Amino acid sequence: MSNAHTVEFDVAVVGGGPAGIAAATRAAEHGRRVVIIDSGIAPGGQIWRHAQASAPPRIAQQWLTRLSETSAQWMLQATVVDGEVQRGLTVIGPEGTVRVRAPRMVIATGARELFIPFPGWTLPNVMGVGGAQAMLKGGMAVRGKRVVVAGSGPLLLPVAAAMARAGARIIGVAEQASTRRLGAFALSLWSHPSTLVAAARYRAAMPLNAYRTQTWVERAEGVGRVESVTLRTGNRRQTESCDLLCCSYGLVPGIDLARLLGCGIDGGRVIVDGVQATTVPGVFSAGETTGVAGEAPAIAEGEIAGLAAASSMTSVDPALRRRQQAGRLFADRLREAFRLHASLRTLAAPDTIVCRCEDVRLRDLDPSWTGRQAKLYTRAGMGPCQGAVCGPALEHLFTWSAGSVRPPLLAPSLGAWMADVTKTQPRG
Amino acid sequence: MTVSSRSPDVIVVGAGVIGAACAAALSLNGLRVMLLDADFAGGGSTGVAMGHIVVLDDSDAQLALTARSRTLWTELAPGLPRDCEDERRGTLWIAATDAELAAARDRGRVLAMHGVETAILNERELARQEPHLRAGLAGALFVPDDRVLYPPAATRHLVRLAQARGATLREGCAVEAIVAGGVTVRERGGASSTIASAVVVNAAGVDAPILTPGLPIVPRKGHLIITDRYPGLCSSQLVELGYLASAHGAGGASTAFNVQPRATGQMLIGSSRELVGRDRGINEPVLRAMVRRAVDFLPDLANCSILRTWTGFRPATPDNLPLIGRWDPIDGLWIAAGHEGLGITTALATAEIITAGILSQASPISPLPFSPMRTMHPGAAELN
Amino acid sequence: MAALIEIVIDGERHQVVEGMPLAAALLRLGVTTFRTSVQGEPRAPVCGMGTCFECRVTVAGRAHQRSCLIPCSAGLIVETRHA
Repeated sequence: MSNAHTVEFDVAVVGGGPAGIAAATRAAEHGRRVVIIDSGIAPGGQIWRHAQASAPPRIAQQWLTRLSETSAQWMLQATVVDGEVQRGLTVIGPEGTVRVRAPRMVIATGARELFIPFPGWTLPNVMGVGGAQAMLKGGMAVRGKRVVVAGSGPLLLPVAAAMARAGARIIGVAEQASTRRLGAFALSLWSHPSTLVAAARYRAAMPLNAYRTQTWVERAEGVGRVESVTLRTGNRRQTESCDLLCCSYGLVPGIDLARLLGCGIDGGRVIVDGVQATTVPGVFSAGETTGVAGEAPAIAEGEIAGLAAASSMTSVDPALRRRQQAGRLFADRLREAFRLHASLRTLAAPDTIVCRCEDVRLRDLDPSWTGRQAKLYTRAGMGPCQGAVCGPALEHLFTWSAGSVRPPLLAPSLGAWMADVTKTQPRG
Repeated sequence: MTVSSRSPDVIVVGAGVIGAACAAALSLNGLRVMLLDADFAGGGSTGVAMGHIVVLDDSDAQLALTARSRTLWTELAPGLPRDCEDERRGTLWIAATDAELAAARDRGRVLAMHGVETAILNERELARQEPHLRAGLAGALFVPDDRVLYPPAATRHLVRLAQARGATLREGCAVEAIVAGGVTVRERGGASSTIASAVVVNAAGVDAPILTPGLPIVPRKGHLIITDRYPGLCSSQLVELGYLASAHGAGGASTAFNVQPRATGQMLIGSSRELVGRDRGINEPVLRAMVRRAVDFLPDLANCSILRTWTGFRPATPDNLPLIGRWDPIDGLWIAAGHEGLGITTALATAEIITAGILSQASPISPLPFSPMRTMHPGAAELN
Repeated sequence: MAALIEIVIDGERHQVVEGMPLAAALLRLGVTTFRTSVQGEPRAPVCGMGTCFECRVTVAGRAHQRSCLIPCSAGLIVETRHA
């Protein structure tokens, strides 16, 4: 373990996805000393992740190139575990612990997947849709594997298509939203032609009839790993043998760091003004943290946040504003289209695990409790993930909102978190 | 909200471990008890407490109370459900120096005189019993019958014991005032109402003085850190003997080495004390001092993943003894509050004293040192 | 083209692509139980991005390491199924 040292920048960007990259680029182009911190192995966050052997998406490549032409520095494999605006951010990386101080910060920590518990969801080879995509890009093999992609949201099709291109047998793509809702959404896509084209391409990559609406996973079964999946449409059930189930129900903003820094939150989203400033002076936020809306508004907002953090900008370039607003409008339509069906609330059986870290089952939870009561009585949400996975599920099932955020985030070792006090002791 | 048709014999205000224990003991003795809590049972200081059942001998009275209460917990142990995670872990009071070890021997003798089993471990024996402690420690005082349990679950169990004997629990029911002959309450989103009872027990912990002005209870804040699961890192609760020597760090705060192995395999790291009103925030310098101390004794803690930190308030009194007994200025009012860091430990003996007092019976240990009235008379506090 | 390097998983040597996430390497090698849960259930990666903690394995003797965040490097010693 090492002792902490402090590094100073003008702007610290947390999160190396589209919003963070755009923010860091703009701030650095404005002449500021910028650091961009991400826990991943390579730049790009989640949505711009790419397989080692292939190139990132073109737009990601453009932005990464533009960023690389600035003086902005990357801290990769680096996790922000603690922080306070005056004191700085405690960042743990492969070389040790660093305190990053910057008068301006941009929180671009993206989103997490929304998991809804159902019987068998804890079996190995049941992953989130985004999680499966990340593992696929990381080198997981799917050739010849029977794959079901399920849940909800615009990620289902692209991930299924990627799996298909990698040689998987797509048994089904199950979207819980109805055709009616999706139809309205598809119509609205006329204003986003590129998305339409992409969707058509995805559909073409898979067998006909693979994409089913108003369909969800009722249960996954198997011994030691998933072996079969039961899909339900209305009253029809269909059980298929399955090697990999990718199942998640959309995204929720990843706001723990923003909460730790004291940023005002509304409905699970970081509150920001017209230049992406949060309620904490000097702290900005952009992208999914302010509401899940996808790549385009994330980039636009990242640019706004980067410019605002780099200068005392109070008004926004109209073109940038247009891109942001168009993106947000699209996000609203997205949210409407993929709104979760009430039946999903009753998927979990009494013995279904709800909190995976502490193995708390549905039957262990009393709906008459408050959220804090459930945490104390059962430890649900008190494990290593601190509610990242079960929090949205508990909110969905019991309307228990997230409790307080405490340091450290993301379970660092004591020695790394408090590197300046945990000096090496002589061992005896 | 209407007044209950059958008045309870006793209203217990506060369903923390103290109130729950009182409710259970009173119910077991045939009294009709109503247990009230503004939030939920075990949701106050109890819920954030360490859950260490420890015999402490800073005074004769404290020794009597903690020893008696530990005996009662030990008797209760076989009936505790699994989620209480009750274990006979023992406490190791660690002597860093020979001088501390000598003091430990004296302490061991005092405890032995009160029927508390102890053993002195030398450096080698300590290293064998707790291999992860750093080298070079002089030894330790081992108190094998001390226990560890999970306070929220133990509190719920005590509440269930009370309910099995007819007690009623009302959560989300905030007591606004203790008046002659009862209490006024307000339930979540409701109007005020009165519940009549001849006897009221104020077991409201840090909030006790709000209901009974004049009670000298102040919140003494502590920090705790919990790790991921590392079973076998230590087997007993580890506490440093040199607490006084390490006290009084920055800003009047003090920290001491105190690490607890939980049944889950997680480690609880403490302890700190400071008087900062009701500020729940994490105090970085105090936390760091606490961690520095902990890693000094147990270096392997540095490699443990940390899941969370939190703070809590110990209800503290000027002489570090709880207030257990009648509050003369108000007819029928009893106090069971101010237990500082010994609430879990002394809950059962506290309940025993309260029950004996209310029923005008003799209690196994003298209640005099804990009389709340001692705090009303200047100079009355030399009670041991 | 990334290099192949050798890592040790539960005492057995395997060739993996240097820099790929350890979790992906384990999945590629057919590992289904990364860890066992509190009640003894087998668990494996879910989120792929370091927030679910289900992909934890022991690396170089240190327990509870999230394998989705660890790039494979030569000489990595990995043990699965530890809490």
